[in-house]
Amino acid sequence: MNADDDALLEALLAGEHRALARVISKIENRSPGYRELVSALYAHTGDADVIGITGSPGAGKSTLVDKLAETYRDRGETVGVIAIDPSSPFSGGAVLGDRIRMAATVGDMDVFVRSMSARGTLGGLSTATADAVKAMDAFGKDKIIIETVGAGQNEIDIVRTADTVAVLVPPGSGDDIQTLKAGILEIADVFVVNKADRPGSDRTVQELQEMIHLGDGGGLGAGGAGHHGADAMDDTDANWGEGPDEEASWTTPIVETVATNGDGVETFIDELANHQTYLVDSGTRAKKVRQRYAEEIRTLLREDVHDMLEDELAAAGGINDLAEAVRKGETDPYTIADELLTPVDDCLDELETGVKNTQ
Amino acid sequence: MSSEQEQESIRCLVAKVGLDGHDRGAHVIARAFRDAGFEVIYSGLHKAPDEIVQAAVQEDVDVLGISILSGAHDTLVPKIMNGLEEYGAKDDTLVLAGGVIPDEDRDELKAQGVSAVFGPGTSIEETIEFVRENAPER
Repeated sequence: MNADDDALLEALLAGEHRALARVISKIENRSPGYRELVSALYAHTGDADVIGITGSPGAGKSTLVDKLAETYRDRGETVGVIAIDPSSPFSGGAVLGDRIRMAATVGDMDVFVRSMSARGTLGGLSTATADAVKAMDAFGKDKIIIETVGAGQNEIDIVRTADTVAVLVPPGSGDDIQTLKAGILEIADVFVVNKADRPGSDRTVQELQEMIHLGDGGGLGAGGAGHHGADAMDDTDANWGEGPDEEASWTTPIVETVATNGDGVETFIDELANHQTYLVDSGTRAKKVRQRYAEEIRTLLREDVHDMLEDELAAAGGINDLAEAVRKGETDPYTIADELLTPVDDCLDELETGVKNTQ
Repeated sequence: MSSEQEQESIRCLVAKVGLDGHDRGAHVIARAFRDAGFEVIYSGLHKAPDEIVQAAVQEDVDVLGISILSGAHDTLVPKIMNGLEEYGAKDDTLVLAGGVIPDEDRDELKAQGVSAVFGPGTSIEETIEFVRENAPER
């Protein structure tokens, strides 16, 4: 790590806001040296609770995050917020508007709000978000809230970064068939029916309740955050939720909130705290953290290999020529992939035999 | 790793400060900057200078565009500049002012650290070009 980065790290650990901001920029830009910086951050992390907030566009995520941050501050805890908005697939630009909703805590530097755009690259978003969380954790934030882009049915990357995931379901999000579907509803540790003063919220709550009970009683692993694995099936008692299988003992609570006036936010925070306690007591937290790091390692490796392959592609004359060859019917994508990878395979084989020979 | 891909993008804060409800210009600029490939954070209306400073520091923006149509630029801009200085962010943030700002006030604003003043009639292209050429290298 060079001297500038050393100084930056030191300033971040000393609590300088600008240093934290600068580190997150480096992470986002993947500036030279950011890897060493992030790996140096790891030694100072592990104290923060990471909460993910997701839900459809306009569900009230930013407004709820604002109230959450305010309530945490009232309790004397420091808060970091990472708010992600989409970027344009055409210009790469973005308008990041989540900050406008964060009005309750404005002027309080102990709430560090950072807007990020989903710069669309392979694994880029989840890696940058996870690294930014590390930076805020090392800075000393007690609670870190990640607000995802407005999600549809299948944007579930947040489970890879957050300890606790809250899914916002506004009233009138469709009938009970929607709750049968796989995807975003499966990843919730807490459901929040926001805009609970709107008509139809009772029904939404009821449908979610039915969904959760269907998962509990059936033993089919439909409820919860995908904790119900094969081990839950070993013991039939566990399927009823009272058995010795401690992993099944978290039943996803449903909280009703009106984020615009703060109704239900206290209850929401209590449920988040309950979930954190559950994670620690049941040992699920260790398992989750392990899974998360496994995923991070895989993503990093994928990105590195991807970069190597891009170089390889450039050396092979660039992807355009290859694509043109396929268009003309001279070859096909599978053959090209095989041809490009053969030398890499050979290298790896040689490396392995080399290792064996030296042993 | 040698082949790390840098993904740098110019980050801008478009700020409305003080008692001034005219945000059409700020919206037009925000949209134009987005289409130019910049990342734009919009402050929303009626922000205090401190709030703008907080946002500029936390978001680590390269460019701060302040839109003022209320005539209070001589009071508000120095407050923002002082705030930036307090956090060590004044020197490497490109500060622009836009809106209704009389010619005779421009020199004073520039002395405060504002790099350019874009009045009514400035073309969007001119502004974007200026940002591209002058955004600080970090």
